[in-house]
Parts: sequence; structure tokens; C-alpha cells
Amino acid sequence: MKTIILRTASTYLLPVLLLFSIFILLRGHYSPGGGFVGGLIASIAFVLHSFARGLDNTKELLRIHPGFLMPVGLALAFLAGVTPVILFDLPFMTGLWYPDHLPVIGSLGSALFFDLGVYLVVVGVTLTIIFTISESA
Amino acid sequence: MLLSILLGFAFSIFLVFTGKFFKGKISILASGIPLALFVYFTQFIGRISNGEVITQQHAWIPSFGVDLGFTLDGLSLLFCLMITGIGFLVFVYTSSYLKNHPYLDRFYGYLSMFMAAMLGLVLSDNLISLFIFWELTSISSFFLIGFNNTNRDSRKSAIIALAVTGIGGLSLLVGALFLGAVTGTYSIAEMLTMNPEIASNPYYILIVILFFGAAFTKSAQFPFHFWLPGAMKAPTPVSTYLHSATMVKAGIYLLLRMTPVLGNHEFWNSTLIIVGAITMVYSAIHTLFRTDLKGILAYSTIAALGILVFLIGQGTMEAITAAAVFIIVHALYKATLFLVTGIIDHQAGTRDTTVLRGLRKVLFPVAIAGFLAAISSAGIPPSIGFIGKELTYESTLHFGNLAILLMALIVITKILLLYAGFVAGIKPFTGALPERFLKTKMPSALLWIPPILLATAGIVFGIFPSLIEGSLVKPLVNSMGLNGEEIHLKIWHGFNVILILSIITIAVGTLLYFLIKPSHKLEAWIAKFEGASPQTLITRSWALFYKFSNSWTNLFQNGYLRNYVSTIMIFLIVLTGYSFFRTATYSVDFNTFSPVTVYEAITSLVMLIAIIYTVFTGSRLAAVAAMGIIGYAICILFVIYSAPDLAMTQFSIDTLTVILFVLVLYKLPKYLKLSDYKMRIRDGILSLAFGTIITLLILEVLAEPISSEVSDYYAQNAYLMAHGKNVVNVILVDFRGADTMIEISVLAIAAIGVFALLKLRLKKSDQR
Repeated sequence: MKTIILRTASTYLLPVLLLFSIFILLRGHYSPGGGFVGGLIASIAFVLHSFARGLDNTKELLRIHPGFLMPVGLALAFLAGVTPVILFDLPFMTGLWYPDHLPVIGSLGSALFFDLGVYLVVVGVTLTIIFTISESA
Repeated sequence: MLLSILLGFAFSIFLVFTGKFFKGKISILASGIPLALFVYFTQFIGRISNGEVITQQHAWIPSFGVDLGFTLDGLSLLFCLMITGIGFLVFVYTSSYLKNHPYLDRFYGYLSMFMAAMLGLVLSDNLISLFIFWELTSISSFFLIGFNNTNRDSRKSAIIALAVTGIGGLSLLVGALFLGAVTGTYSIAEMLTMNPEIASNPYYILIVILFFGAAFTKSAQFPFHFWLPGAMKAPTPVSTYLHSATMVKAGIYLLLRMTPVLGNHEFWNSTLIIVGAITMVYSAIHTLFRTDLKGILAYSTIAALGILVFLIGQGTMEAITAAAVFIIVHALYKATLFLVTGIIDHQAGTRDTTVLRGLRKVLFPVAIAGFLAAISSAGIPPSIGFIGKELTYESTLHFGNLAILLMALIVITKILLLYAGFVAGIKPFTGALPERFLKTKMPSALLWIPPILLATAGIVFGIFPSLIEGSLVKPLVNSMGLNGEEIHLKIWHGFNVILILSIITIAVGTLLYFLIKPSHKLEAWIAKFEGASPQTLITRSWALFYKFSNSWTNLFQNGYLRNYVSTIMIFLIVLTGYSFFRTATYSVDFNTFSPVTVYEAITSLVMLIAIIYTVFTGSRLAAVAAMGIIGYAICILFVIYSAPDLAMTQFSIDTLTVILFVLVLYKLPKYLKLSDYKMRIRDGILSLAFGTIITLLILEVLAEPISSEVSDYYAQNAYLMAHGKNVVNVILVDFRGADTMIEISVLAIAAIGVFALLKLRLKKSDQR
């Protein structure tokens, strides 16, 4: 599968796909998308890269083991859930919203951080499973 | 109060990151935490003894009635002071006892986690949060018992302790749920007024049994007592702190806390008296046959817990007063004896009572602590132990018809406990010093000051009982809904029956101490009865259960994917099929279906071709690719039926699934025809039946009128309440966010599982 076309294209496809996945993540609250799909797209981007350039290259590019994204994502999602409890004495997982609209992002709320956590966990899980299997098989 | 609980948890998390630097002398700084908490709780003494009850509420999951509600009353205060006070001394002691231990940071982490959980337990007003803290104490106890994790016995004891207390925890949860259903609240404070209603409820007996299950396992009552002697495998500071002074008293705390709610009923009282009496006599007798100092102390701790249960069972004001005093007495002298044992073990290198002698010559301050503790444990004046014993006798003597029988039992127990206290606190220090202990060195002051302080407190409180009378004992009795204003603790009660019994106890106990010497012969003799002990019976039934579940699992989990799939399918066909053909209406109105469009027809056709190709192709790779096509076709159907979110997700998932399949299949041997003609026919019938059932089910579902209440609610409120226009995503991250939280946790666990299964390459020697 290591054709020159794919190899060359993968260099440019990776950032584009990653940007696209973040776009999907951010638009999730208003239109189809969200952390889960975004995470899957980002994983596909990395998997594609590993097909074209070899697993070692992708791992080098990632620097950290994708497994580390799982605890980070879980912690982020959990923090988004407990912040209302700690700061405002509201029940667990109450949505908090920044009152004003921000440029580019729009309205900002704890749900976004929760979704970002989901995104990271999905990337971590998918890549861990796929990398582990392709290494050991 | 929430902060005081969180402090311990925060410190143990802090240690996870800074553990590397937490070595040597710096570790004594950790004891600042329990000290600060102790000081914090002492300032409530004044307000509590004036009858105030301090409460705090934090919303947690209000929709389920689960709050973080905390109550500080007389009962909680006594336990808080014990947890933090003894905790402080144990923290100090540990810094020297485990000096230079490679995992000192872990030890402090578990210890402070335990302390926080225990504080949470005694402060919780909500039964559900009480349950969570209860479980946390079991878990931290598991880690601490198994602290020497290279030792097989330690690991085994840790598992047994966790299993026994864990079953108790489940029993507590079920009991709490029942009680919550009966009373309509989880707040203990709100239940206080409902005692008569609860007692007349048909579920009353069941609820009480469930609560007993929790308390008896935690507080090591017969026949669940056996985990406690095993738990002595833990380092001595743990035995002192968890398994004698605080954690095992959690069961006692629960019984005391629930007495105003569930008590005053014959079943409650008589069960507690019987179980407490059996426990105290049974384990007090066992102390005669032990040679390990810690073994003796373990059994005498169980006996003391039995006495407490026995007293709570009596339930009178006198009995509760006696229990309150005895909790203090026991915490002071038993912790001292454990710390003394730890020092002996640390300095002399053995805990065998048959060889330990004459250590006063080398460990003089320790001998004083041991002596004072033994006095208090024996109930000899002027110690607080004497007052405790007098109160116990007095309340038992006034207890109705069975007073004489109960009196005899308690006197026997007290005699044997006196013996145990003397063997542990006095015997190692008297007599001539054998040669092998000549070189025993005095330990660091950090080791011997804590036991001296505790032992002295036992004597000071005995001489000035007013110190604890108004501040601790009266508020506790008052918080139980009893009137404690008449309590007057004093050493001299006049010359009466109780004093005579006391004199008999002391005389016979002392005589016993001089007559019976602990020996290995006696220990070997009692070991013969091991086969009939509750421990053997229970562990054997566990082994049987283990065997059964093993063969049961092997029956279904035989390692062949095809068998798994067919098992799932067969069960689904049989069970759903059965209930479907019994209840189905078989009325499908085809007129209500919308006409088939060109797009749907084409997609279905593509799917059909892909299915046929998957079934008949001779190449695995081609089969996988064809499966991918089926998946994509489904995505297109989602798009046609306007479910873009689903389609996007399914699209990505299908892509990744195909990649995963290819990765695995790539490495497998060439496609082999493993199944013969008959098997293929069988599999074909099975899949057709499965498909038919599912299709029929869907048609049946369509015939039902659809209730759109839920989806309407989400659609209407998504933007108003959660500021989102994409209802699917709003449900995922907001309305049902807790579900998503758990789902991603499951995902992470699955990934860790895959990683562990594939990366773990056991060495030949480690494989079983």
C-alpha cells in the first residue's frame, strides 16, 4: 500500500483531516458532528498516515503513546462534570455557559470541554487498539 | 466539614505525583494533616456538648435524593477525634517504623485515603454517601493489608478481608435502598422520627438483617470474625489504626447510628445480644491459645467488639453509656498494646510470647506504656478501663430476666481479656532478659512517645473522668435520643455486687496469667479444630463456588468465536421468539408504509449483492470488503432517513472496522474450508431464523403507537436549556452526559484490556 501517491498525499492529508475533525467537534452543538465522530475522524487520519508511511513514523509524529490521551480525556470530561459541583454547588454535570458570545467560537460552555474529553478518549482508544493489534499481529 | 474530608484524599493524590521526594525524615510532616484535623474537631467539643448539632448540605445527585450531607453530633465527634487523634500518633509512629521503606509514600497515601474515608463515613448523614465511604475504607484496608505484596499470605489475607467486608458493603447498599424505599428519604436525620413506622413495616426484619450483615462483617462478629486475625499481616501501624482503633469500629458506629432508627425492637436487641455474646466468649477463649502477640491482640480486639455489640443490643441508657466509655477505653489501650508490639517486633525481631522476656531492661519507656495499657485493659483502678468495666457490669446486671447468664458470660470474657492484656503488655517485659535480646536497642523517640501518650491518657481519664464525661460521653448518649444528663462517671461506686464481681475478675484473671503460659503446644492443639472453624467452612464453600463458576464459564467461553456468536443467537431466538409468539398481534398494516423510493431500492439491492458475495466468496479479504459495503449501504439509508449524525458515526466506525479486520486477517493463514456441508446448512438456518425474528420484531414495533413524549421534550428543550440546536449531540453531552461519561470509561477499559492482552508476554516460568 505504500504507493508514492498515497505517501505524498498523506503528508498533506493528515493536517487537513485533523483540522476537519476539530471542525466536526466544534460544530457538534448546532449541526451534525460532535466529539465522538470527530475523534473517529482524527483516528482515521492517523491510521491513514501509518498505512502510508509506516507505523514507526506515525508514532514518532505523535511523540506520546496514544494511550495517554485516554486518562487526559477522561479527566477533562470528569472535570467538566464536577466543576459546577465545586464552584457553584450545582448538581453533577449541570451545563455551565459563558454568558456572552465569543468571536469565532460562539457561545462557550462546559459541554464543549466535556465533548473535547470524549474526543480525546476516542482518539486514544482507537489508536491504542489499532496500533497494538498491528504491532503484535 | 467537606473540606476536612477532602484534605485526606487530596493529600493521597498529591503523593501520587510527589512520592519520589517523600522519603526519610520529611515523611513526619505528613502527620500535620491528622493533627490539624484533630485540632479542628476539638473546637467543636464546646458547641456539641451544649447540645448543638452541626449540619452541612452539598447537593450531589438531588434527583435521586443523594446528597453530601454531613452531621456532627456527639457520636460523630467521638469517632472523629479518635480517627484524627490516633491517626496523628500512628502517622508519627510510621515515619520511624517504616523509615527507608521503598514504598513509604504509598503507605502514607493509603493511610490518608483511609482516614478521609473514615471521616466521611462517620460524618455522612446520607445513607448512600455513607455506603460509598464505607466501601472506600474496605478498599484502603485491602491495600494496607496487602502492603507487603511480595508475600503470598499477605495477598491472601487482603483478598479475604476485602471479600468479607465487601459482601457486607453490598448488604449495606441493599439495606439502605430498602430503607430509602420504606421511608422515602436517605437522610438519617429525617428517619429519626419514623422509628415506629419502620418497625411495623413488613420489610423491617429484612432491612435489619441487611444492616447487621454490614455491621457484623466490618466489626468482625462471629461467624465473620476470621478476616481480622488474617488482617494482622499488615504492618503494625495499620493493625493499630484500622484493625483495632477505627475501621473495625465502623460496624459499631453503624449500629449506634441506626439504633434510634431501627432499634427498640425485640429482634434488633436479642440478635445483637446473642451475636455479641457468642463473639466475645468465642474469641476471648481463643486468646488463650495464641503465641503471636499480634494474634492475641487480634482475638482480644474481636472480643472487645463483641462486648460493644452486646452492649448496644441491651440498648438501655446505661448500656449505651458503657459502650461509649468502652469505645474510648478500648481505643486507648488496644492502640497502645499494638504500638508496643510493633516496637518489640521492630527492635527485638520477634513477636513470639514464648521467648520474649525481660525487655524492660532494654526498652524501659515501652515497658511503662505496656504496663499502663495492661492495667487499663484489665480494668484495674485507677485506669479508665476500670470505669468502663464497672459500667458494663452495672448495665448487664440491670438487664431483666437473663441477667445472671449474661453476667456470667461478660465476666468470663473480661477475665480472659485481662489475661490477654497481661500477656501482651506485661509478659514481654518481666523476668530475666535472655541473651539473644541483650543487644536490643532503644528505638527512636518517635516510636515510643505515641504509646506512652495513649497509655497515660487512659490513666488520666481514669483519675479525672469528668474530662470525658461532659465532652464526649454525654453528647454521645444524647445524640442517640436518650437522656444522658444523669451520667456521672466516677471511680468509686461504693461497696456493692459490681465491686465484688470486679474483684473476682481481677483475681481470677491474674491467677490465670500465672497458671497458663502461652505455648506452642496449646496453639497446635487448637489448630486441630481448624477444620470446623467458620473460616474453613466459608473458604471451602468459596472454593466450591469458584470451581462451579469455572466450569460454567468454560462451557460458554470456550474460545471459539463461532460458538459465542451461535450461543448468543440461539438464546436470542429462543427467548425472544417464545415471548414474541405468545404476545404478538400479527397485524401489520402495509398501507401505512411510505412508498419505496428509487434510492432505497438501489441501496437495498447493493446491500443484497454484498451479502450474497460475503457468504459465498472464497477469500477472507473480499468478505471483509463486502461487509464494509454493507455497512456503508446502511449509512446511506441513515442519510436517506435524515439521521446525519448516525450516518457520520457509522461511516467512520465502518472504515475503522474494516481496517481492524484487515490488520488481523492479514496475519492469519490462508482461507481454509474448516466447516463441512452440514455445518454450513446449520449455520445458514440459524442466521435465517435470527434475521426473521428481528424483522418480525421490527414490524411488530411499528404496529405499536409511538410515544413521542421523550423525544418531544428533548427537541423542545435542547436549545432552551442546553443552548444547542443539534438534539443528538445535546443528549450526548448534556441531558444524558453521565451515560456518556460511563461509556467513554468503558471504552478506555476495553482499550487497556486489548493492550494488556496483546502486550503481556508472560515468561515461561510465570505461566501457569
